[in-house]
Amino acid sequence: MTLDHQKHPVALESRAYLSLLVSPMHWLLNAPVTTAAWVEEQITDRRHLLEENANLKAEQMAMQAQLQKMAALETENRRLRELMDSAFKVADQLLIAELIAVSPDPFSHQIIINKGKKDKIYANQPLLDAYGIVGQIIESDPLTSRALLITDVSHGISVQINRNGVRAVAVGTGSIHELELLHVPDTTDIKVGDLLVTSGLDGRFPAGYPVGQVTEVKHDPGHHFALIKAKPSARLDRIREVLVIWPGDQQQNQPPFLLKKQESDPKQPDPVNLEKNDTLASWR
Amino acid sequence: MAVINHATHTNARWVILVTFIVAFILASHPLPAWAEYYRPQWITLVLIYWCLAIPHRVNIGTAWVVGIFTDVLQGTLLGLHALGLILVALITLRLHRRIRVFPIWQQALSILLLTLLERLVTLWGKGFTTGTAPDDWRYWLPALTSTLLWPWVFIILRDARRSFNVK
Repeated sequence: MTLDHQKHPVALESRAYLSLLVSPMHWLLNAPVTTAAWVEEQITDRRHLLEENANLKAEQMAMQAQLQKMAALETENRRLRELMDSAFKVADQLLIAELIAVSPDPFSHQIIINKGKKDKIYANQPLLDAYGIVGQIIESDPLTSRALLITDVSHGISVQINRNGVRAVAVGTGSIHELELLHVPDTTDIKVGDLLVTSGLDGRFPAGYPVGQVTEVKHDPGHHFALIKAKPSARLDRIREVLVIWPGDQQQNQPPFLLKKQESDPKQPDPVNLEKNDTLASWR
Repeated sequence: MAVINHATHTNARWVILVTFIVAFILASHPLPAWAEYYRPQWITLVLIYWCLAIPHRVNIGTAWVVGIFTDVLQGTLLGLHALGLILVALITLRLHRRIRVFPIWQQALSILLLTLLERLVTLWGKGFTTGTAPDDWRYWLPALTSTLLWPWVFIILRDARRSFNVK
């Protein structure tokens, strides 16, 4: 117990092997869901498929157009950054993983995904869905990984108000729909509806991803700090797929296949410099 | 252990294993959010039953192994559930002669105490190690549902034990 608490390598190793042993259990539990999805896929009729195909094509077209604009913006951004002599920021790389289990304990918000060490997933890696930050990986065995959601009581994430850049720490409350901002002075400029984005100061989550939206700001004279609640942007209670990110500034762990290929840049900075500039980059 | 007839001993081990696997599945099967709070402590119930029925075979060692597997399955600190289950097994083994002859409702009451104890140990463990233990009264509900389900668990497991001749 003590070994595991102190994250001793022996405990971590044995835990990884043991969870490999119990991972068939997760597959078994997930089997009805996957079978249902498979059956549904098999019996969808042709017309429906054609329709869906057409829709997807149109959507992809629109996305492509946006992507072109993005590419132009990204190069411009990089050029400007170079002008400002700041660190080179590589695009984050993503991998889609499927959720195979949710923690049976209602007091701990954990999920298990179907990608593990085999796919180069490592502990502390950030997790996204289509709407925002979901959480982070806490342990990975060869086939699956366990992730902690941002709403777990033991989770904290460093955030920034998108509107004015005010920094704060958002911690989980144990309710899947609520985050709380800690130690925010009463005089801070935070309003209901403000978007919270990651600030990157925690060194784990890359900067600029949406975390939540402020839903309640209360100034209680009996408290030292303002009571601020936020609703997570990610649909934590209805995720089926998550995106695992390899933040652009952590190049040592390359995923096996990438969704977003980074075009080779002639002026790649050497990794040592990158390490050093890393903290600087997140401050900007 | 040495007294046991080896022929019956080996052919019935899988029954115990299967009941524990079923308990693991029930304990981690997805439920609607409201029902999560009522999920009985299946693993604890099965362990208590086997400790009562065949204390010479299911003992504290079994409790430890089962506990470690629970920890891995639920992602808790390694040894947290093991500690709770060991205590439950210890008490059950000490009192098994007495609890065995209780009428079933009285048995259920002892189950209430045992499951509450397990919950309490887990709560303490969580508090000590993470500093954030749940302070919701619903944390204790599983002990209640376990107690209410005990008669059925008992009857099902007893029938399984008799029909497969687990000694």
